[in-house]
Parts: sequence; C-alpha cells; structure tokens
Amino acid sequence: MKRLIPFLVFVLLVGLFGFGIWWNTWHDARYVPSPLIDKPAPDFALPKLDAPGQTVTKASLLGKPYLLNVFGSWCVACAEEHPVLMADGRQLGIPLVGYDYKDVPDDARRWLREHGSPYDLVIADQSGRTAIDFGVYGAPESFLIDAKGVIRYKHIGPLTPEVIAQELQPAIAAVKREAP
Amino acid sequence: MTARTPRRSGFSRDSSQCRSRLKPLLRTALLVLLIFAGHAFAASGAIEPLPFKDHAQEVRFQNLTKQLRCMVCQNENLADSNADLARDLRLEVFQLMQQGKSDAEIKQYLVDRYSDFVLYDPPLKPGTWLLWFGPLAILLAGGAVVTVAVRRRNRGDGAIDDDKPAEGGQAGTGPADTGDDW
Repeated sequence: MKRLIPFLVFVLLVGLFGFGIWWNTWHDARYVPSPLIDKPAPDFALPKLDAPGQTVTKASLLGKPYLLNVFGSWCVACAEEHPVLMADGRQLGIPLVGYDYKDVPDDARRWLREHGSPYDLVIADQSGRTAIDFGVYGAPESFLIDAKGVIRYKHIGPLTPEVIAQELQPAIAAVKREAP
Repeated sequence: MTARTPRRSGFSRDSSQCRSRLKPLLRTALLVLLIFAGHAFAASGAIEPLPFKDHAQEVRFQNLTKQLRCMVCQNENLADSNADLARDLRLEVFQLMQQGKSDAEIKQYLVDRYSDFVLYDPPLKPGTWLLWFGPLAILLAGGAVVTVAVRRRNRGDGAIDDDKPAEGGQAGTGPADTGDDW
C-alpha cells in the first residue's frame, strides 16, 4: 500500500494537468462575466446615429425588451457577426438597438450603408464614456435588456447561430413570458 | 478577437479624393503635416499628460492604475496598457480623483462595471478561498506527509525500510546508518 502512494500522486498530477489542458481548449480566458447581469442597465442619453440632434435615453426605451448590440465600423469581429444579425436578427422578435462604439459617425453610417443595417435604431457613443458604465471591454457585445430596463443576459464576442439558438433565444423567451 | 484597427480607412480615402485637385507643392506640405500629425497622435497615445494638481496626486494616480487590470490586454495594468479602453479608463480614474473619490471608491466603481477581474489583488471572499488558501493548504499537506515519513523512519518501525537488519542483530552499528541510505 505504501508503495502505491507515489503512483497515486503521479496519477493525481496527470489528472490535474490534463484538466488544465482540457479547460484551456474550450474556455475563453478573455471572457469575464459581467457583474451587471440582473441589475438595472445604467442610465444613458446618447444621440441617434442618423439624427444626432435626437437623444435616446434609457427611459425612452423602457416598456419592451430589446437587444443592445455594441459594434463599430473599425471592429473586425463585428463584421464577422454582421451577417448573422442580418439573417437572424428579425427572427428574435425584439427590437435590435445598435450601439455604435467609439466610432466616427460618418464611418459607421457608411459601414451600415454598405453592409446593410440589421438595427431598428442605432445610438452613437463616440467617446466611449457610456460604454464604461455598461462594462464594455470589447466589441461586439450584446445585452438583452428587459421591459423594466434590467440587463438579463450578456454575450461577449460575435453572436453565432449556435449562441443565438442555445442562449439568446431562451433568454428572450424568459423575458417575454414576464412582459409580453 | 477585438483587434482595433485605427481609423485609417477614412483618412486615406479622403486624401485620395483630394489628390486630383492638389498642386504638388501643396501635396508635399500636406504629407509633411500628416507625418507630424501621426507623430503627435502616437505621442499623445503613449504619454498622455494629465493635468495633475500636484506631484502627490500624480504618484497616487500611478500607484492606483498599477493595481488595476486592463480588460483588453489582460496581462497589462491600466498604467502600462496602450489599449484604447485603458486610455479611457485612465481618464475616468483621473476624473474620479478630481471629484475627490478615495482609492477604494474608485476601485469599487470599476468593480461594479467590470467585476473583480479589474483588481490585480483579488478580494478575500468565499469564491476566492481556494485561490488564497489553496497554495497554503497544499504546502501544509506536503509538510504533514514529510513530517510523518521522517518520524516513522526515525522511530524505525520498519514500514519504510523493508531490508533493514533484524532487531538486535547488529545493535552497535545498526539503525542510525541504515536509516539514512536507501
């Protein structure tokens, strides 16, 4: 029995290192869960991208759930995500609000003209100041905000058909059950 | 995933639109200006002088931003990172300091938005017990194993040394020698 101990320690270490390798193959080290889930979305007042004179506030969007999608014309991963939003965005059944993040408005408008806009409304945060309140650290990011203005789900990185089917749609269904 | 491309596309396109109408001399002058503008931009990105009240405030700022992690380049702190977001957050920290917020309040402000991950020094709470005490627990466990092994050998209860001579056989030279060389 005593002679087995070094072998058992060895097996334990192999298990530990094996777990480390397995964990790192699928776990995204860049993913940091947001502390804002199930908390009220921060107050904001941002201009519309297409009509900078008009301001959109958190209060003006209350009453129905919506998906806030952070993007930018400079953002490579957003271009990756864009076709997915164009294809599946309408089927989500909630308004899609674009959040143009640290972008030159002209660039953003051109980008949307060229690629097509999946959004019902686009707001522009040129300085990125409001994005700090949302805890944005890398576009694209998507926030599901319910009718009461509470952040219910967040996805960091491009939305894929798999993420939409497995995570976003169930989350939307849950939000809609509460406030149809 | 989120590599930022500087907004050069708009830049080059605008200049190409102008090109046909510009005289060569003007073009050269513009080029020189652009080069200098580029330098100025790079410099402002790296140095970014903030209007500190005094030296003490600057030291406090440097000290605080060194304890905060950049969310984009996760192995860099806010003070060193050149990421766009880090620049924004440095400015935010600076402005909070101007408002008279304490270091703890500023840290909490960022934790509320970006989670404990922004702190290089993780707080002590149930979720981080393993992180804080895991190494100590492993050290203690290892120490316990070594202590037990050494005690057993010194007592000479035969559990480890199978080939130890029989008790009383060579009492004079015995246990002290054989105990150590295996």
